[in-house]
Formats: sequence, structure tokens, C-alpha cells
Amino acid sequence: MTKKEWPLWEVFIRSKAGLNHKHVGSLRAADAHMAIENARDVYTRRSEGISIWVVESNNLVASDPSDADSLFEPADSKVYRHPTFYDVPDGISHM
Amino acid sequence: MRDINISELEQKFQAKIDNDVKIEPNDWMPEEYRQTLIRQISQHAHSEIVGMLPEGNWITRAPNLRRKAVLLAKVQDEAGHGLYLYSATETLGADREETIDDLHTGKAKYSSIFNYPTLTWADMGAIGWLVDGAAIMNQVPLCRCSYGPYARAMVRVCKEESFHQRQGFEIMAHLAQGTPEQKAMAQDALNRFWWPSLMMFGPSDADSKHTAQSVQWKIKRHTNDELRQQFVDVTVPQAALIGLTVPDKDLKFNEETGHYEFGEIDWTEFWEVVKGNGPCNKERVDARRKAKENGMWVREAANAFAAKRAARKSA
Repeated sequence: MTKKEWPLWEVFIRSKAGLNHKHVGSLRAADAHMAIENARDVYTRRSEGISIWVVESNNLVASDPSDADSLFEPADSKVYRHPTFYDVPDGISHM
Repeated sequence: MRDINISELEQKFQAKIDNDVKIEPNDWMPEEYRQTLIRQISQHAHSEIVGMLPEGNWITRAPNLRRKAVLLAKVQDEAGHGLYLYSATETLGADREETIDDLHTGKAKYSSIFNYPTLTWADMGAIGWLVDGAAIMNQVPLCRCSYGPYARAMVRVCKEESFHQRQGFEIMAHLAQGTPEQKAMAQDALNRFWWPSLMMFGPSDADSKHTAQSVQWKIKRHTNDELRQQFVDVTVPQAALIGLTVPDKDLKFNEETGHYEFGEIDWTEFWEVVKGNGPCNKERVDARRKAKENGMWVREAANAFAAKRAARKSA
């Protein structure tokens, strides 16, 4: 008896045309074809989607939470990247 | 890697929890938090899967096609819920196969309610109304649980389960309005499932060894007794509305507190069922074990087919 487990897949669903695919969860399947079929059964039973992506979890590369400060903190001090940083005199419109 | 001591990590962790920042799989977490979640989420997953058995018992004998389609959809949902939860367990580093084997060896528990038999069609009503009702009451606060993957799974589960309770209540309401025999069948199901449903919330707060820590970690938001009281308060008027009687001679409404007072739960029965001595414990675990063993060839065949398909593609 083989003990080989089916690989883990991450599932992304596009809920309707015009929206991006969004991660909804994961499942196990023998191959990509089966992963799509299982994802259909598990994640779209109530018309939640019109398109499915599956990616084998092994192929995902994620940032390390311990790097979060060095990766994301530099953005915190750059409030001038947001429009609300700027003073606009009263009476100015279309800006 | 920087050398941070454990107590500093623990402080940071608790600070996140206190500020309602979710914990995600790759974040540092105390080993006890991880183990508590693995235990709780895997038990929850097992409950979903074992919970398919008492209801699956009635799929081929549903009284009409509408009821059959609904029951089939409900049982299929439970399979999906088991899957979301097994996946959440895996994010904590638990091995899927070992998790499932722990159920089969009796090492892991599942909700004691599923160790009661489903003797009549009315039991499908009682299970949907009371058992799913109690489960929803437990699960709604879990949508805000501190562990992200568990909380997200619960959001999906709660969304899907809202129809489960309604379909059960509909069955009960229908039977209660039917012939005297049908009404008696509904009452009998309520009689048998009422107390086990109250036990679903777990031991009383005084005897619950995990509650305090789980509340501090925001895995749990309410104590067992709080949720049980809430369940009694909402369910008793529902029974009255369809003309059924809750089987508790001590049940009475307290005008001052605005809550129902109810009789003593038979904790001896509860612990016996938890320990494996309920009416169907052996049958349930045997059915799961057989499902794995007898289904093994399907898993192997799928692997072989995947290999064949891959070979054809690369050829």
C-alpha cells in the first residue's frame, strides 16, 4: 500500500468577471486537474465563482513574518504618497 | 537570525492578541497555543465528518425528493466544513494523515452528540434545529477567533450552516402540524436530542480545564455556560411556537434575569459518551476507519492516473 499523500493546493476564485482571483483556502488532490474539480465542489457550491486558479502550495513563495519590519515599515513614514497629505485651498474642485 | 528571548516573543504575541491582531500560520506563537488549536480544530473537523454519519443514514429514506436533495446538500456541506478545518489544522504543522488516524485510534475526540442514533425521520429535524443550532451558537464567536485560518474557516462554515438549522426546524414544524403520530414522532425526537444538545457546549465552567487560557488567547470568546444559556433562551420559545414541549420539568422563565432556568444536566452520561461508551461510539469510528481502508484504492488509483496523465503530457 503506498503511503503517498496527495499534494496540497492553494485555491483562488474569481467571483465575477472584472474582479481579481482571491485566495479562499486549500485542498489536497492528486494533480492539477483533480484540484480544479475538487475546488469546484468545495468552494463554489453556492455560485461563489466563475473561474478557479490552483497552485501547488510547494510552489508558493511567501515573505517571512520576521522580515515584516524591514519590508513594510519604510512605507509607514511616507505619508506624502497619499493625496490627503496635501493642503488644497477651499474652492478648488476637480482635484 | 536575531536572538530574541522567549518571554519577549510571548509578550509581543499577547500584545497582538490584546489588540485584536490575528495570528497567521508563519507568525511566532507559543507551543501551547499551537497545540491547543491543533486539538480544538482537529476535533472540530472530526465532528463535521463524523456528523455526516447519523444524517447519511436517512438520505436514501427521506420522505420526498425535496427533502432528499436538501439533506444531501447539507451532508455535502459537512464534508466541506471538515475539509476547511483539516486544512486549518495543517497550517499549524499538523500532518493531515496523522490527524485523521488519531480519530481512528480513538486518541482524538469529536462532538459527543454524534454518538446518539438517528431512529426516525424526525431526528433529521431535531439534528438540524438543535444540533446545528447549538453548533452555530458555538461557531459564530469563533469567526473572531485570534487564529486567522480558523476564523476564516468559521466565516465560511457559519454562512453555509444558516440553512442547516432552518431546514431542520422546517421538518419539525411540519411534523408538529401533521397527524398525531407525526407530532408524537417530532416530540420524541426533541425528547431524545434536547439534553445531548445542551451537553454539546461542553462541561460547566467550573469543570472546564481549557476555558480560562483559551479566553485569554481569544480562541474562545464566551464560556460554555454562557453559550448554553443563550441556546436555551432562544430555543425554548421556538419549541413552544410549533407546539412541542421541552423535556425538562424544572424549566422556567425568570422574569428578573430575563433568562430561562433549566434542570441539572446528567454529566455522568456526558462523560460516559466522551469516554467512548455512548450508544454509537464504536459504530461511528468503525465507519470512519472502514471508509479510509475501503477507499484507499481510490486514492492510489488517483495517484496512478495523475502519473499517467503527467507522462502523457511530457511525451
